[in-house]
Amino acid sequence: MSGRFRLEERLVKTTIPVENNQTLAAVQGFLRQLLESGAVEALLVPMRTPHGAVTPALVSNPDLLAAADPLAPVMPGNNATQAGKLSIREPRVKVGVVLRACELRALVELVKLQQASVDDMTLIAVDCAGTYEVPVYQGRRANGDEELWRALYQAASNDPDALDPEIRLACHMCEQPVYEGADVTLELLGSDLGQEIRVSLPDELGAKLGLSASEPNARAEVVEKLVAARTARRDAEFVAIRERLEGDEGLIGVFDACIRCHNCMNVCPICYCKTCVFKSAVFDHEPLQYVGWANQKGAYRLPADTALFHLTRLNHMGLSCIGCGMCTQACPADLPVGPVFRAIGQRLQATFEYLPGRSLEEPLPLITFKEDEWLQVGYE
Amino acid sequence: MSDNGFEPKIIAFLCNWCTYTGADLAGTSRLQYPPNVRIIRLMCSGAVDPIYVLKADLAGVDGVLIGGCHPGDCHYQEGNYKARRRVVALKEIVKSAGLEEDRIWLRWISASEGQRFADTVTEVTEALKKKGPNPLKNEWAV
Repeated sequence: MSGRFRLEERLVKTTIPVENNQTLAAVQGFLRQLLESGAVEALLVPMRTPHGAVTPALVSNPDLLAAADPLAPVMPGNNATQAGKLSIREPRVKVGVVLRACELRALVELVKLQQASVDDMTLIAVDCAGTYEVPVYQGRRANGDEELWRALYQAASNDPDALDPEIRLACHMCEQPVYEGADVTLELLGSDLGQEIRVSLPDELGAKLGLSASEPNARAEVVEKLVAARTARRDAEFVAIRERLEGDEGLIGVFDACIRCHNCMNVCPICYCKTCVFKSAVFDHEPLQYVGWANQKGAYRLPADTALFHLTRLNHMGLSCIGCGMCTQACPADLPVGPVFRAIGQRLQATFEYLPGRSLEEPLPLITFKEDEWLQVGYE
Repeated sequence: MSDNGFEPKIIAFLCNWCTYTGADLAGTSRLQYPPNVRIIRLMCSGAVDPIYVLKADLAGVDGVLIGGCHPGDCHYQEGNYKARRRVVALKEIVKSAGLEEDRIWLRWISASEGQRFADTVTEVTEALKKKGPNPLKNEWAV
């Protein structure tokens, strides 16, 4: 998988020592080095607020990185959206963005949708062992477990089939927990996080930070096993949801309880349109029009067009769905939005041999074409 | 001319430069074709937003026909190539969502092909008569 990214630069593997089992402090120290060395002018990173929530913030004061928590296994939003805000137009500064794999894949799609730029950005990937929904995470924290991530990374590294069932379904189904195209990668899988953190980064940056190369570790094998376990789970979920979608229920039945709140759309990193057609006057009608429709079928569902909403969204972003599952997390009706979009998205993506987030060079399928393709379409 | 009296209702989105003109030619040539089609003229098949097709299908229309210029003949160079990809994607979505993709038709018909237009409308009408009405026609909760 090649994201971008400065292929001319050689990536080296280095090791950051962890002292007294203070893994998070070591990560914070590394981020501090990045900022203080001038490699980046600011860092977009998950931060712990004074009241204990986790939120992304753009940090320019290195001292505040003591509150950085990129290990927190919670994903309030897909931060590719925030990275887009920091880069969409010039002038801009060199920022480092600390993101999970699904966020980096979303960022690649946003660049192609002209909603972000990675030109002045240092991409810092964090191996992901899965995340909890916000209330689950806050509840576990309130019960005193401050290092929830430690067990998750251990399980992911040692027994990938034993993922905490409370982890979000999207993470159980995530077959791309690592991102290989970033500039800097915190390789948390396959390491003894009580001892050291493995980092890969361009050799120039490594030299600048005074980090030297180290021997490879077990990450590759760990990731391979984890990917196999997640892929199996994903495929099982696909079978289950496709049975419903292609059976009597269909998408209309699966999304029957939709209240068209647009939450799934609002949190979707790919759905960027400022004036979505579903929020436009196209869907405002004269009072008498509704009565006319009611007369046609005897009754008219309100709010209307729930199935149309999902089918249209599939058309608009199904090819770019990177499977972060924010939509499921945001749904008040607890609908399987993510699995549906991933299952249908996979079919779509296969049709166009497109994998969202894979490469900046691959054009979005619906803005391009070839003359000699689907030659029978229009003639059969 | 009906099987059990069912007359399918078909909405046709036709491009201004080829298929709509072809339909016009069918008319001025006094060619006979079934009256089941309601034509909406657009400037290009590439201007057919998939939401138009989906809205019609969910509202209970029996069939949607999209007509455009033959590949290579688009008045705007590439609108029909993009339409082709959109229809491929749309059909994949519709099929994966448990809806009936064979209610969506795409045909390339040029301005000189009045007969092809009449034949196409006849073919679509007959196929939909055989298939039967759109089950969503009486579904209020969609």
